[in-house]
Amino acid sequence: MAVPKTLGLETEYGIVHRGAPEPNPISASSLLINAYLIATHQAPEPGRAAVGWDFTDETPGNDARGGAPAGSLAPEIETHLVNAVLTNGARYYVDHAHPELSTPECADARSVVVYDRAAEMIAARSMEAARMLLPPGEEIVVYKNNSDGKGNSYGCHENYLVSRAVPFSRIVTHATAHFVTRQIFCGAGKMGSETSGMRLDEAGYQISQRADFIEEEVGLETTLKRPIVNTRDEPHADAAKYRRLHVIVGDANMSQVATFLKVGTTALVMALTEDDAVPRELRFATPVAALRQVSRDLSLREPLELVDGSTITALGAQWELLAAARAYVETRGADAVGGKVAHQVLDRWEAVLGGLERDPMELAAQIDWVAKLRLLDGFRERHGLDFQDARLRALDIQYHDLRPAKSLAARAGLETLVDEAEAELAMTEPPPDTRAFFRGRCLQRFAAEVVAANWDSIVFDVGEGSLRRVSMAEPTRGTVAHVGTMFDECGSAIDLLRRLGAAGA
Amino acid sequence: MAEREQIRKPAPANREQSVEEAPPASERGSDIKAQLDDLLDEIDEVLETNAEDFVKSYIQKGGE
Repeated sequence: MAVPKTLGLETEYGIVHRGAPEPNPISASSLLINAYLIATHQAPEPGRAAVGWDFTDETPGNDARGGAPAGSLAPEIETHLVNAVLTNGARYYVDHAHPELSTPECADARSVVVYDRAAEMIAARSMEAARMLLPPGEEIVVYKNNSDGKGNSYGCHENYLVSRAVPFSRIVTHATAHFVTRQIFCGAGKMGSETSGMRLDEAGYQISQRADFIEEEVGLETTLKRPIVNTRDEPHADAAKYRRLHVIVGDANMSQVATFLKVGTTALVMALTEDDAVPRELRFATPVAALRQVSRDLSLREPLELVDGSTITALGAQWELLAAARAYVETRGADAVGGKVAHQVLDRWEAVLGGLERDPMELAAQIDWVAKLRLLDGFRERHGLDFQDARLRALDIQYHDLRPAKSLAARAGLETLVDEAEAELAMTEPPPDTRAFFRGRCLQRFAAEVVAANWDSIVFDVGEGSLRRVSMAEPTRGTVAHVGTMFDECGSAIDLLRRLGAAGA
Repeated sequence: MAEREQIRKPAPANREQSVEEAPPASERGSDIKAQLDDLLDEIDEVLETNAEDFVKSYIQKGGE
């Protein structure tokens, strides 16, 4: 049985410190995040430690295949950098040399869009707050993309809760089929190529930011030899019941429709996988080559070779997965995949595939790579530019600029799925329907007593000698329905812990 | 191609209606062109002024 799909995004942002004599992306990221915490009064009172991230449960080196192959490098955790938990249940921190924001756990794809938009607003507010702290002439700017165009990439990771009972090999099969081909609607578009020996067409444009950086079919790494399917086995939940599929292959999206589809369709494919409801296995003969081929085929018509010798196009594979997902929801219902939101995902998925089949340019208001291509083509024609002109590359980067006054995506007429007021509220309010509600409320109400928090626990110091850890191993508990009244009735953290103890939570 | 047609669900009933309500293609085309022109005017205004330096200096460290 498919488990309810708890979902989330972790986005690493590109960062530039303009006007700085010796820019350092690590200190710029720290400054950016601290500026936000101070401006929004989420920084600790003087003399108090900040609510830190609790690393005791982090095991990014665990491999879903059991025993990692020799030579695999487990990612290291940096614990000394800024690492904040926000009142909306999100985590905002410095990862390597980038600011990163992980959304709180969400119960459906629409909620992910709300919190992803809230994250963009948090980044914009952070840039404003940082400008107040910097000397005149300096500015920190944040970009929501995945590559600098010079061979360096940073990720937008997705997370899907799946049942532990599913054989990992089955997840690999169906996830690969989806990840190789879903780019056609969730690619963010990119000028140029960052792999050697791969040709682009004359325009030098490809569908995905990330395809150039994917080198393996399956693996544990995230910073080198990046795989299509990442095997990190760190559920941040009851490990006997759950896996968390950690997806590193995707692009960060400016388009809300693209984010909605990226997460919504993948949640559906995972549910199909759990219930073994995919009619046939789409095994590509050479998945990594196929992924890159799809990224470079703006016609969407090139055949991709399957292991059985037949071929299928990316569009053909997506039609097939859509049909399987429709049949699944019709027979088994949509409870595990976000209820009525799953029906919206199916309808949008179908409409977008239809548009891509007729003429991708129909989707210039929905799909990032099409929206960006329209701007690039229009701009190039207007100014009679050569394909190599630096202004086209500048336009590509600036599409992802998160400053409202500079963002080209914000001007591209993209359709929105959530209104700005709802996303603004989500900057500080947790989602009501996952355990993020409990984390967020604890931070809103009792930040002074919270020593540390992470995805599946919160540690309190209520002055009783020993610290108290509250475990949240079940991502679908701790919702407003479970603990909303409790928070209303508790005047202090001690009250809350007493009630939780009595309830056996 | 034929196989895919079979897999595809019939279009939702409201789709045809929206096609009927839409203005003629030529009118739509000139609308879209005007919108793009406005958009390109805006891009001319906000695009980084020294594109070459901007692109050159946009260097990130690898992440994740």
